[in-house]
Order: sequence, then structure tokens, then C-alpha cells
Amino acid sequence: MSEPPTTPQGVTAGALFAGFLQVGISGFGGVLPFARRMLVEQRRWLTEQEFTEILSLAQFLPGPNIVNLAVIVGRRFQGPLGAVVAPFGLMLLPQVVVLVLAAMLAEFAEVEAVRGACRGIAAAASGLVLAMALRMAEPIRRIAWQVGIGVIVFAAIGLARLPMLWVLAAVVPLALAIAWRRRG
Amino acid sequence: MIPPVLVELALQFLLLSLLSFGGANAIIPEIHLRVVEIEGWLTEADFSQMFALSQAAPGPNVLIVSLVGWKVAGVAGALVAMGAMCVPSSVLTYYVARAWDRFRDAPLRIAIQRALAPVTVGLILASGYVLTRTGGDAWPAYAITGATLVALLTTRLHPLWLLAAGAALGAIGFV
Repeated sequence: MSEPPTTPQGVTAGALFAGFLQVGISGFGGVLPFARRMLVEQRRWLTEQEFTEILSLAQFLPGPNIVNLAVIVGRRFQGPLGAVVAPFGLMLLPQVVVLVLAAMLAEFAEVEAVRGACRGIAAAASGLVLAMALRMAEPIRRIAWQVGIGVIVFAAIGLARLPMLWVLAAVVPLALAIAWRRRG
Repeated sequence: MIPPVLVELALQFLLLSLLSFGGANAIIPEIHLRVVEIEGWLTEADFSQMFALSQAAPGPNVLIVSLVGWKVAGVAGALVAMGAMCVPSSVLTYYVARAWDRFRDAPLRIAIQRALAPVTVGLILASGYVLTRTGGDAWPAYAITGATLVALLTTRLHPLWLLAAGAALGAIGFV
């Protein structure tokens, strides 16, 4: 992203690390809202519009969206160093916490109530993923070719269980060709 | 000497990093295919537990990747899997971010966005489907999934409450 004239000065590598460290640990049930609050409301490193633009790029590229967002924000203020420390700060504490929790879970893996609770969470979280897919489908549901591409990807990977690389190697060029022919 | 399993983990996730349009949730079917169905590194129940933990723990849902790595090869596996998952996409993001604004209204950029949007939807829908099926053919699990889906689409409840409700129902033996 090009640096706009409104960019706050003095966002140091240390501040990037601390800011994203805070985001990482507060993100129960989704980190993005906390990233927005930190960047736009608390520290005012970005305007609302800048955040939205950066988020749309982070979501469109492959990779974990929140890590991509940290890379873009880190790069904007501190170049390559920022692009390393921001995602590192973001992931550090959640990574430690989740491994500690996993080790604890392994201790109690024989307790039936714990296993049941995990099954219950997995079932509910499957609903979260389905809801996310349906919300993302909303803007494209009236465009026939986009619906077709979505259905093909779902059927090939979800139902037929084909390897993702093959499916994307076939479908992405097709989708690009259709989108290009229908541009403008 | 680096253990072969770490090399294999790294290779799997280096590739998935660049295919994960829509983030970690988009590659769950592929992770399941490779680590449960092909390699047999995790059982169906292990995978489901790691998914549950990644969703319930604080932090981004890409933690499923490090939990799978942890199950396969301990802490080293967790770090290798997570690094492999994040580095290629981050490098791509770094370079694309430089160029992106200059092409704000370029037809190619708009065409790419329109082409990838339905791919992402299809991938995440496939994830939801595969995850629902990993619960086994048990109607109580389907009931929790369905109720959560309806609640999310019709109310403004925080997702954490729905995960807590699922945990409570599971702990008392409903599922």
C-alpha cells in the first residue's frame, strides 16, 4: 500500500509488536474485531477506510487473513522489520496458550465429560464455519457463473474429496477467464 | 538430521499456505484429507478435538494448523507447521501490498477479485460440510450444528456463547 500523508509518525517496531500482541490474546472467538479496535479506535494508526481497504486485500490473498493484515500494517510503518514483528507479536501468545491447553486436554483425554465437551464444541463450531460460508455467499448469489464456480468447488472438495491443488488448478483459471470476459 | 515427518509437515503446509483462499477455514478439508485419510497421522476423533480446541482457544483459527503439527510431532511439529503455513502467504502479501494500490481500479484486479470470491465461498462451505461429517453420523451433533447455524444467521449472539452451549451439551452426554 502507498503511504498516505495522514500516516501517523513514530509507530515503532516495538509499538507494532505490543499492539498486535494485545490483539492476539484478546481475540476470543475471532481476532479481526479486536484488530480493528486496536488499529482504528485505540491507537489510531489507521482510519476506518484504510482499515477496510487493508482488510479486503488481506482476505482476498491466500493465507491466514489476520496474519496477512499484520504483515500489511507492519510493512506500512516499518517496512520488512514491521512485516516480521507485527505477525510475530500477533501469534506469540495464542500459540503458547493453545499448546498449553492441548497438553492439558491430553491429560484429561480419558474423562468422558471432557471428550463430550470437545464433541459439542466441534459440532457448534462446524455451524460457525457454515454460517461464515453462507454470509460470504450473499453478495454473489445472484450471479449465475459465480454460483456455478462455488458449487463446483464445494462438490469437488467437500463431496468428492478431490485434492485441493488439482481442483484449484482447474477452477481458478476458468473463473479468471469468465471474470475477464465479463469485465466492465 | 531433521526427522522426515517434520519435512513432510513443512512441505504439506508450505503448499497449503498458497492455496488457502479464505484463510485457515478454507483448507480444513485438505488438512483432513492429508492427515487423517491419507497419512493416518490423526484419528477422526483427534482431528475433531483439535478443531474444537482451535475454535475455543483465544487467537486466530489458523491455530488448527499448529495443533495438527503438535499431534504429529510435538512442539517442533507445531512450530514447523505454523511457520510453513504463514511464511509463503506472508511473503506474497508483502509484495502484493506494494503494488495493490496502484491497480485500485484496474480491470484485472477487479476480475481477480470476482473470480476468487466464489472459490472462497465454495472452499469454506466444503469445510463446514466436512467438519459436520467428522462428528460421525450422530443426529445430536447435527442438531447442535444446525441450531448454531440458525442462531448465528438470525440473532446477534456472540459465537463464544454458542461454543459454550455446545461444550455444556457435550459435557452432560448429549453428543
